[in-house]
Amino acid sequence: MSRIKACFDRLKAEGRGALLPYLEAFDPDYETSLALLRQMPEAGADLIEVGVPFSDPSADGPTIQLAAQRGLKAGATLKGVLELIHQFRQGDDHTPIILMGYYNPINHYGVERFCKDAHQAGVDGLIIVDLPPEEVEELAPYAKAEGLDIITLTAPTTPDERLKTILKDASGFVYYVSITGITGTRSATEEQLRAAMTRLRGATDLPIVAGFGITTPEQARTASRISNGAVVASAIIKEMAATYDEQGRATAASLPTALEKIRSLAKAVRG
Amino acid sequence: MPTNTPITSQLNSLRTGPDERGHFGIHGGRFVAETLMPLMLELEKAYAHAKTDPAFQNELDYYLRHYVGRPSPLWHAKRLSETLGGAQIYLKREELNHTGSHKLNNVMGQILLARRMGKTRIVAETGAGQHGVATATVCALFGLECEIYMGATDVERQKPNVFRMHLLGAKVHPVTAGAGTLKDAMNEAMRDWVANVANTYFLVGTVAGPHPYPAMVRDFQSVIGTEAREQIQEQTGRLPDAVIAAIGGGSNAMGIFHPFLDDAEVPLYGVEAAGLGLDSGKTAASIARGTPGVLHGNRTYLLQDDHGQITEAHSISAGLDYPGIGPEHSWLHDIGRVNYVSATDQQALEAFQTLTKLEGIIPALESAHAVAHAIVMAPKMEKSQTIIVNLSGRGDKDVPTVAAHLGVKL
Repeated sequence: MSRIKACFDRLKAEGRGALLPYLEAFDPDYETSLALLRQMPEAGADLIEVGVPFSDPSADGPTIQLAAQRGLKAGATLKGVLELIHQFRQGDDHTPIILMGYYNPINHYGVERFCKDAHQAGVDGLIIVDLPPEEVEELAPYAKAEGLDIITLTAPTTPDERLKTILKDASGFVYYVSITGITGTRSATEEQLRAAMTRLRGATDLPIVAGFGITTPEQARTASRISNGAVVASAIIKEMAATYDEQGRATAASLPTALEKIRSLAKAVRG
Repeated sequence: MPTNTPITSQLNSLRTGPDERGHFGIHGGRFVAETLMPLMLELEKAYAHAKTDPAFQNELDYYLRHYVGRPSPLWHAKRLSETLGGAQIYLKREELNHTGSHKLNNVMGQILLARRMGKTRIVAETGAGQHGVATATVCALFGLECEIYMGATDVERQKPNVFRMHLLGAKVHPVTAGAGTLKDAMNEAMRDWVANVANTYFLVGTVAGPHPYPAMVRDFQSVIGTEAREQIQEQTGRLPDAVIAAIGGGSNAMGIFHPFLDDAEVPLYGVEAAGLGLDSGKTAASIARGTPGVLHGNRTYLLQDDHGQITEAHSISAGLDYPGIGPEHSWLHDIGRVNYVSATDQQALEAFQTLTKLEGIIPALESAHAVAHAIVMAPKMEKSQTIIVNLSGRGDKDVPTVAAHLGVKL
């Protein structure tokens, strides 16, 4: 059984939703992001999204844009991100890792080689922001061959009819982009989220996680109960980045700050 | 669309692309976030409908004639031709359009479409500011809210255009991310669009982006080539021996090339901005120095590093300062139908001055790249041969930049 399925099965038995914290690989350096990644499960991460820095993150708000820039400055490459996950896997064989990023670095790496290397490094799922169902065929066969779930993105703008089509072959879980907008800006209301879940449940039996604009523990709790999981990205990065020094380097406060934020989110999701 | 091109066999035509999924060979496509995907499908449908609706075509023709000022003349540049001593150079005078460039052809088409779609708010990216000015202009004309994203570097080097946009009632957002040029403005315009999808139309200024933009913008710009093809035959009795156009994203080039694509005997030249030189690391020549990749919704030749990160382009001309190129150009390069060449900042500066002195026409620095290649080609050709150069914009906006390069304080 895949790590993703095992994780959601376990949470279902526990009767709660998942917390999916996000970290930008290499932000602000390789060691810090590896240390954070390693300590995330203990802080309460059920699944982890690892962002691959890209020069032109056109679906991201200012917080993740800056994180990506710091990551690139620290030498982030797709190969390096896979190495990071490989290191993490030495000490953790059960927490699902979802790689999130844009298509060009993967395309440049070579889709077949990438899927092989990602699987070997211990990646479980892929969220590729700018690879919609209309284009996913160029990657899908290779991902499938390696047992990688391509996580299908859905949005408030996705019509019901389209939901049925694009979720037909979905695997792993379904990601609901809960606002029309970029990451870390505004938030969906509880009512909006409930209405969306009704629509989505009509089209898939897979677990559904909500992301974009989930900032506070309360929001994470609500979202993880209405859906099957809450993704928190910008809110963690923002608090962590506030601890960096003037040159954008990590300080002694960086890791504890990020972990404390994750703990408070996890507590709310579990509480 | 109706065409006067004598196509012997539609099956062998190079003018039928893209396929139904927006691909030109391996290029093009729709690489956008799910939030935008339904909008792309809606736009595709709306455009397909408008394209075959005579009422839409009539409305567009009306505005092109009475507001934009079409048709634009084809001017035989006799002094330039004589000085170069070779082929006869004809300038397609797109700089005489209202707002001073070819940009309004496309903008007019898209604004009429946006109105048909019931959109009330327009966002657009701009490099040199020509597309931003054109967009702000039609928003003023139709009373629509207008938000323009422009790289902070470009805001600085294109001040006159920024002020024009302000006067036209647009809000100009300087974008400080990256190098603060067209690529960064494009990212920011996409972010605005995704956050305001319900009432907002993204008015793309070039033949790039997700399908159907490359095909739609090309169709609207093809009026340039359709006119030029008729005009050159009226004036010389035959087709030209070369057509030259400058390329950033590639809309003026696609517009003039497309009606000539099936004229196999007419060589076409797309001039990329070499910047400080193709191997200087400071270039915008995506075909000469790029590799295929995916950015801003399409697959195309991109300037990128060994890890698929997009690199910054450089050109003296803000309008060519983009690390990609429209996907149809990438395909035309792959199949060898269009020759992609380049001109440096220095060549463009010289061409700018040469054309101004010899013809009394101040070209945009973008268009000066096309003129620069004509200056290279014409002397090697016979006096009986002809070249059409697409003079895509006027250079008033570039006077401060050129003065600075020539060491003149204004």
